[in-house]
Order: sequence, then structure tokens, then C-alpha cells
Amino acid sequence: MTENQIKDTVFTALKDVAPEADPSSIDPDENIQDELDIDSIDYLNFMMGLHEKTGVDVPERDYAKLATINSAVSYLVARVG
Amino acid sequence: MNDFVMPSLGADMDDGRLLEWYVKPGDAVKRGDIVALVDTDKAAIEIEIFEDGVVSELLVPEGEKVPVGTPLARIGGSGEGAAGGMAATLPETPPAVAPETVIETVGKPVPPEVPVTQAVSSVHATPAARRHAQERGVELSDVSGTGRHGTVTKADVEAVAKELEATLPAEPEPQPKPSRKRISPLARRLVKELGLDLATIEGTGPGGTVTKADLERAAVPAVPKPEPKPAATRVEPVKAESSPREQKQAAMRRAIGAAMAKSKREIPHYYLSNRIDVSRSLSWLEEENLERPITNRLVPAVLLLKATALAIREVPEMNGFWLDGGFKPSEDIHLGMGISLRGGGLIAPAIHNADQKDLDELMADLRDLVKRSRSGGLKSSEMTDATVTVTNMGDLGVDLVYGVIYPPQVALIGFGKITDQPWVENGMIGARPILTVTLAADHRASDGHRGGIFLTTIAKVLQDPEAL
Repeated sequence: MTENQIKDTVFTALKDVAPEADPSSIDPDENIQDELDIDSIDYLNFMMGLHEKTGVDVPERDYAKLATINSAVSYLVARVG
Repeated sequence: MNDFVMPSLGADMDDGRLLEWYVKPGDAVKRGDIVALVDTDKAAIEIEIFEDGVVSELLVPEGEKVPVGTPLARIGGSGEGAAGGMAATLPETPPAVAPETVIETVGKPVPPEVPVTQAVSSVHATPAARRHAQERGVELSDVSGTGRHGTVTKADVEAVAKELEATLPAEPEPQPKPSRKRISPLARRLVKELGLDLATIEGTGPGGTVTKADLERAAVPAVPKPEPKPAATRVEPVKAESSPREQKQAAMRRAIGAAMAKSKREIPHYYLSNRIDVSRSLSWLEEENLERPITNRLVPAVLLLKATALAIREVPEMNGFWLDGGFKPSEDIHLGMGISLRGGGLIAPAIHNADQKDLDELMADLRDLVKRSRSGGLKSSEMTDATVTVTNMGDLGVDLVYGVIYPPQVALIGFGKITDQPWVENGMIGARPILTVTLAADHRASDGHRGGIFLTTIAKVLQDPEAL
């Protein structure tokens, strides 16, 4: 997967938990939960969506490393083949 | 032959728009089948049918908005055609009254002195009053009860009937069906204040009800700027341009306002709080999650839900409904989950039989419920049968929740944020993850002593997470 494909995947996964939001409109360096006003269950659903689409199983202690769109993309780029 | 009616999907629902039929005449339906999609002010809800039968006729077309209790379809061929409603109505919804419910229409504030929630679904009336109301053609929802707990008595009905006779035009129009003008209590008062002739006003509300907006239109030529008397209802200019989204938002705020005003007006709340050391629960959870793939991971909220459900078993006074002047405990424990909707508002769909589910099942239910609250697919049964509500505001950083009970329930449990705090145990001070749980409970159904036992039980159960 290219970086752009991963970015698209992140957007798609976010759209799944926040259908009314436009992830591309938020600051990619801001906290996703704050920006999209999503709660911890939404966030877990987001992590599961990423897992489904990329195969990456993010351990709980790494959740903080996927707090922003940019950091989530870098995290996944490093782990997706 | 039975009518399948627009269900009440909560104390704060007045009407619903039938978005889509999933069945057509001739279709056989079974109890639990989803037959229609209905849009409330809050969300699109899938409506289940509660009896077996065959759809003989659809009475309401797609796209139409109708009040709670309006027949939506005729269902036949289910053997005896047993009595009892076909719809997922709240227990307090009086079927005889609901179809007639007068609805305050969209687009205006509701002054606090108007007993609007009585018009929603929970008119308590004596049997004699109900009979009399039918004979006299009075909407029970128009009558303010003077009996015990606001119960409507026969005398109350007669008083309104007299008042109606006085207000009505002497010669009813020759329409066969609406034998009198339907008008909301608020609108009726405005008729007097604005000096209008009710007979000349066309009602545009549900069932031709004359609404405040109709009066405002009627009043414009004669009284351009009605000067309200002190303490009288202010006539807000009708907002000309508001988007459907804004209107929906406004409708939801009104619905929540009506339910919460009813709660604050009628329920004598008492509040208790308890700080809980959740270190054992959290460390157990952390270890547990290490072994679990992401698809099976648990969140702390799930432990709190299970602990709440188990504590309710010990203190059943927290679980059930206050109806017709008495507490009706519920055998089942259906936890209503307060879920905030992005863009404003909240809903509280239920996780069914939470005390009987293990943590994995609860987790799956919770994730599923949140997801469907966001993107659609909530079922009517989930919206109607919560027996108690839980709200978890820890995600927002809230320390302490001061709950408002969702009528006709009798308790609301609130969880705040888990934070590290100084904690003394066995004379030793240390930092522990601490959670504050609060209880808002109905003093008619329970006392602080039982509420205290309830909160202590939650705390105790959380000390032994393996047993959850």
C-alpha cells in the first residue's frame, strides 16, 4: 500500500465511525478524537476498521501513536508491507 | 384485524415520519420483523412488529409525518386477532388517547407553564375520566389533571369540555369528521389573547390541529405586533428560513426539553455519589487486553455496565417505571445507554438483559449500538424498553455526572472520568485510579439508603473483575 492509499484508508475508516464528518477537512496534526468529537467506543471502532482494511493490529498501548491523521498514517506505513 | 400504530420511541417523541415501508399488502409478518423505517426528531429507527399476521393495508404513505399512535397499517389473519397493541409502545402510552394526541408543531418555543409533556404520551387518567373524555370528544392530553400525581379526573374532563363548548363556533362546519376544531392548549390561550375568531383559522397541524403558527399567520394582518402582557406567552416571529437540518435540531432540542422538563417537574430526584478505586479492574483489563486481538478488546465502560447490571439485581428499586402513580419494577434489566449524537442531542437505546451477558457480549453490543446510533439501524425495541439509563461521560473529562432521570424510568447512573488521585487504604496513602459514580434516583420509588447500597454494590463488584 502506498502512503496515499493508507491515507485514504484512514479517511474511510474515520467516515465509518463519523459518517457526517469530512476527515479531509480537519487539521492532520490535530487530535482526531477532539476534532471529530468521537468517543472511546468510536475510537475502538476506528482501530478495528483500520485492522480490517490493513491487517495491522494496533496494541492498546500504541493507541496514542495514532492520535492524529498524520501520526496514524506514519504508524501504518511503517507496518504495512 | 389489528392496527399497527406509530410507536412511541421514548417519552420525548411526539410524532414520526414514515420513511420507508419494508412490507406491502399481502406480506406475512412475524413478531420481531422489521416492517418500516421511521424518522423521529433524533434518528431513523427500524420499527418492529409485535405480532404475527398478514399485512392487509398500508394506511400511511412513505414520507408522511404522523403523531404517535396513528394507525400505520392494518394487520389481519393472525388467528384470534388478539387484543393489545401491535406496536412497540411504551408501557404508559394510553392507546385510546395517543391517536388524538395534540402536537405542538415545529418552529416555536414551548413556555414552561404549558403541560406539554402530558400531550406526549403519558396522560394518567381515571377510567371514568377516559370514558367521559370519549363521550365528550375531549383530548385527554388537553386536560390538566388535578387528581393524585396529576391524574386526570372526570371533573377535569368536564371542565375542559365546557371550556371547549364556549370556545367553539356555535355552528360546526359541515365536515363530517373533525366535529370540532382541534387546538392545542397554548394556541387556545393565544386565541383569546390575540382576539381571534377560531372558526376562521385553518389548522395545519396534525389532523388539522390549529397550532400557534397558524394563529401567528392569522394574527399578522390584524395585529402586526402583538404586545404580550407580562407573563403572557411571547409570540416569536416565525423564522422564515431555517434549513431542514436546523429544523430537525430545533425539534430534537424541543423533544429533549419536554422530556427533561417533565422529569424535573414530576420526579423528586435525590442524588448520591461514590468514589471507587478501580485499580483492580483496570489492571485486570490491561492484562486481559494484552492477550486479545483488537477485535475482542474490552473498554473499561463494559466493566462498569456489567457491575451496574449486577448491582441492580441486588437493588431492584432502581429498575423499572413510575406509572399511574406507582412503581412498576422490571424483571429484565435493559440498560439504556446515553449516547450523544454528534451535531447535538442524545439518544438512549438499550442493551437488553445486560446482567445475563458476559463481558464479550456486552462489548459487542456496546460497539454495535454506538455504531448504529451514528450511521442508522436502531430498532424500535431498543428505543422503547430501557429500564434504567447509564451515562458515561468520562471520555469528555467530566468528573461527576448530575443526572436527570428519563421518565418514566426511576434512576440514572452516571460515570465520570477515571483519574489518578490520592487514596488511603490501610493507613497508607497512594495514587490510585479513581472513578466517581453518581446516582440520580426517584424518591417515590426508593430512598437514599437503598441508593447507597446500590452504589456500594457497584464499587464492591468492581473490586473483583474476574467475577464479572
